[in-house]
Amino acid sequence: MQKSMRRYAPLFVLPALVCFTIAFLIPMIAGVTLSFFKFTTVLDGTFVGVENYKLAFINNEFATSLWFNVRFTIISVITINIGAFTLAMLLTRGLRGTNTFRTIFFMPNLIGGIVLGWIWQLIINGFLLPKGVTIVTDPKYGFWGLVVLMNWQNIGYMMVIYIAGIQNIPTELIEAARIDGAGNRTMLANVILPSIAPSITICTFLTLTSGFRLFDQNLALTAGDPGKQTEMLALNIFNTFYRRTGFEGVGQAKAVIFTILVALIALTQLTISRSREEEA
Amino acid sequence: MKPVRKYRTSDTVLFILLLICAALFLAPMLIVLMNSFKSKFFISSEPFKLPTAETFTGRENYLEGARKIKFLNAFGYSLFITVFSVIGISLATSMLGWYLTRVKSTFTTIVYYLLVFSMIVPFQMVMFTMSKTANMLGLDNPVGILVLYVGFGAGLGTFMFSGFIKTIPLSLEEAAMIDGATAPQTFFLIVYPMLKSTAITVAILNAMWVWNDYLLPYLTIGIEYKTIPVAIQYLRGGYGAVDMGAMMAMLVLAMIPIILFYLVMQKHIIRGVIAGAVKG
Repeated sequence: MQKSMRRYAPLFVLPALVCFTIAFLIPMIAGVTLSFFKFTTVLDGTFVGVENYKLAFINNEFATSLWFNVRFTIISVITINIGAFTLAMLLTRGLRGTNTFRTIFFMPNLIGGIVLGWIWQLIINGFLLPKGVTIVTDPKYGFWGLVVLMNWQNIGYMMVIYIAGIQNIPTELIEAARIDGAGNRTMLANVILPSIAPSITICTFLTLTSGFRLFDQNLALTAGDPGKQTEMLALNIFNTFYRRTGFEGVGQAKAVIFTILVALIALTQLTISRSREEEA
Repeated sequence: MKPVRKYRTSDTVLFILLLICAALFLAPMLIVLMNSFKSKFFISSEPFKLPTAETFTGRENYLEGARKIKFLNAFGYSLFITVFSVIGISLATSMLGWYLTRVKSTFTTIVYYLLVFSMIVPFQMVMFTMSKTANMLGLDNPVGILVLYVGFGAGLGTFMFSGFIKTIPLSLEEAAMIDGATAPQTFFLIVYPMLKSTAITVAILNAMWVWNDYLLPYLTIGIEYKTIPVAIQYLRGGYGAVDMGAMMAMLVLAMIPIILFYLVMQKHIIRGVIAGAVKG
């Protein structure tokens, strides 16, 4: 069978592989290489060693957006997961209207980041304007605006993952615990939470990664204002590339650092899931 | 957890709590809808007030917004790119997924791991070099961008298809080939029909991504061909105040197709999103 398949290899492999090479492989290799070059159009580079990596940290800008991003992500991960888990618990009790509620809570997740950003800009400014300020007056407004937006978008998504996890807990396990006299709190801590540990891992890492990758929402809600103080990593890299001529190499170096950060998070998740599978 | 249970008073409290949450989740969308009928001078200052005889403008914002960003064109580009990217990704990655799963060689292993690796690399890593590559190869038009989407979608699609194909017994395909079927015949007549549920999942995940995507179309075709997210962000313009009336109307028009799609395909969407989260 393998032999007859190999004869048709180009038909099966090439369409996806050619596209993948153009869209990802070449740009990826060129990107890593160019992070060690000074260039403006990708073909006019001069080798500068690790100069771009030094320049990335020469002013506080990149470090500031990293710190802003870290704080934003940690708070969002916590609030989203608590909110999503709470809703999932409420929606697995057989209350009436459960399906309708699930439909509503999940809906914001489908809306694109640009649209989301503008929706929340209207609403947050609606609350701030009577005080004579807007979302870009003070970075703390932008910060909490982004947290609220992120929660609104992701709670429903994480909720459906938690619901799937809770529904997978064997009914016998719950009943046995009840018979043994487990109260609500014991049930939660000793039965439900351990049983849905895989869902908790998935949701934590999904929100963690999307928190670091956030771009569209950031651009539409605050565009990094005031004065780059609400600019997260992805937007900072974008602006380094496209708003500052001569800094393309620095942008590329920042992108490499950003990629390593995101890849480390993904690898951590993989290690955790693997070790759990081995235990089980 | 338990489908049949006795009614308790605490259920009423929880139900009311859920109602409040649902209202909070729906409110942002409804506020935008309400403001889309108000004159632009009354939106930013009093976004939470219903339109009055003085502030009501009927469909004016819709006409003005659609004219400013050529909404119909944007809708056309978005629809064209989404539909054909999804078809392209589903076909190309199911074929590649089958080949990579059934033919074991160093080459297929390397390709598989490169595809998995591409899933964790953030877009910022390759955006600059990718848009230059696309430009040099003449892919900066609504047809050429399909190549880029297939390339970026190749990772998740191939990963999901090959994950499912691993669970299909080989015997059917072997029997077909012993009976004289060629590899393409075996794939399209025997394997492809079995992939239906994975194909729906892959199609939905990619449709949501491509339809809402901002950066890729902005960087490659954004000047000439504006998709809906690019057109909406374009309303912000360079400097000066944003026409909030037109913005509200366009946000509504951008949300309607997604919400309709969601209400019709809800079960598939939620199932697909869970599958994507767990495997991706």
